[in-house]
Amino acid sequence: MKIMIPTPLRQYAAGQSAVEVPGSTVGEAVQALLGSHPELRKHLYNDQGKLRAFVNLYLNEDDIRYLQQEKTPVAAGDTLSIIPSIAGGRG
Amino acid sequence: MASIAEQPATLSNDEIRRYSRHLIMPEVGMEGQLKLKQARVLCVGAGGLGSPLALYLAAAGVGTLGIVDFDVVDFSNLQRQIIHSTADVGRKKLDSAAESIAGINPHVAIRKFETRLTSDNALEIFREFDLIVDGTDNFATRYLVNDACVLTGKPNVYGSIFRFEGQASVFATENGPCYRCLYPEPPPPGLVPSCAEGGVLGILPGLVGVIQATEAIKLILGSGEPLIGRLLLVDALAMRFRELKLRKNPDCPVCGTNRTITTLIDYEQFCGVRGAEQPATGKLGDMTPEELKQRLDRGDDIFVLDVRDPHEYQICNLGGHLIPLKDLPQRVGELDATREIVVHCKLGGRSAKAVDFLKQNGFTNVHNLVGGINAWADRVDPKMPKY
Repeated sequence: MKIMIPTPLRQYAAGQSAVEVPGSTVGEAVQALLGSHPELRKHLYNDQGKLRAFVNLYLNEDDIRYLQQEKTPVAAGDTLSIIPSIAGGRG
Repeated sequence: MASIAEQPATLSNDEIRRYSRHLIMPEVGMEGQLKLKQARVLCVGAGGLGSPLALYLAAAGVGTLGIVDFDVVDFSNLQRQIIHSTADVGRKKLDSAAESIAGINPHVAIRKFETRLTSDNALEIFREFDLIVDGTDNFATRYLVNDACVLTGKPNVYGSIFRFEGQASVFATENGPCYRCLYPEPPPPGLVPSCAEGGVLGILPGLVGVIQATEAIKLILGSGEPLIGRLLLVDALAMRFRELKLRKNPDCPVCGTNRTITTLIDYEQFCGVRGAEQPATGKLGDMTPEELKQRLDRGDDIFVLDVRDPHEYQICNLGGHLIPLKDLPQRVGELDATREIVVHCKLGGRSAKAVDFLKQNGFTNVHNLVGGINAWADRVDPKMPKY
């Protein structure tokens, strides 16, 4: 499946905007991503290993918080998007 | 909109001429144009997003436009903040914006709020408006705008940008999700770079701000499908628009079923002291530009480490050794821990992180150049370009 990397995090994923990963659940796919780009970990997970509150994961159009979280099954053609909060606008 | 008091309003002949392309469209028509005329919209911020959206809302005939801003126009704003002109540099953004709006449409009543939006003034200001457009640039103000919108029952027309990527949505409508439903908490300070540190493609606030203006006008007219419960993602580089579903979070602390936030809180504290990405000052181990200049002139043995990116080094530099912050862990071996090191970046944020990292790795004599190379340009070398 494909994981879309947002602009602020691309520097930790060798500049790529999308990464192909294996996995049968959201959690497995993300672990595969972190396996190849370990620097991403601290931006996605806190010290307790929980997904950070300002980062959302969307499987296709849906927030995984309203599916089966990281246990949500994924298929080869799915797209997982990492959507962190961004704040710019006035300056 | 339902919250607008019913008052008899008409259009003058001048206004009918001006709005003719709206009036001949059934989706707006006379009824819609009068709704626009009676609408009161508050723009929080007259910068990147605020510029295009205020111009378009004014041109469209929104009767009352409020603007909250306390900033002054800077040369570095002109690349995207099209409500301000070169001649406005140094003027208050409020005055410059008001003048541009009046130039476009003298029928618009402008309310100027020369202040930082705070927990003490937000509710009072918001009450005078029908909807709020969020064009701010920091997490503390975004959470403040959201919570104040929920508490006063005003829709929050949201837009946010970073580099070439943007987000837009409509939050805090009666049954729709709010910003906290999407992001319960802000990132810790320093983890997400601001536009001043990360940069922004000049057209991007134009794209996103005009989307916000579109949503504001649709809400006023009560027509179309507003971006309620949808997050629009804009990638200007790929020129791709995507849409994600948003849900109202039943556990949301401000709009959920068991609310824990019922008044405005301290948002600076909630987002960390440096939530607005202000350069750190006065910390132990800091060095001012004046002090560095004095020490270098004296011939002291100081190693200047520049942790910006190579394309920034090309704009201006202090002749320092360049190791971008993200490469520092791999390239720390290039540094001599026995020497005195002064680290700098553009504004002082990244270099503060580099100093922390070096101290954790056994470097004892490291200093952060307060305010970065921009402070050096301001206070030591006025000939140096500032970006």
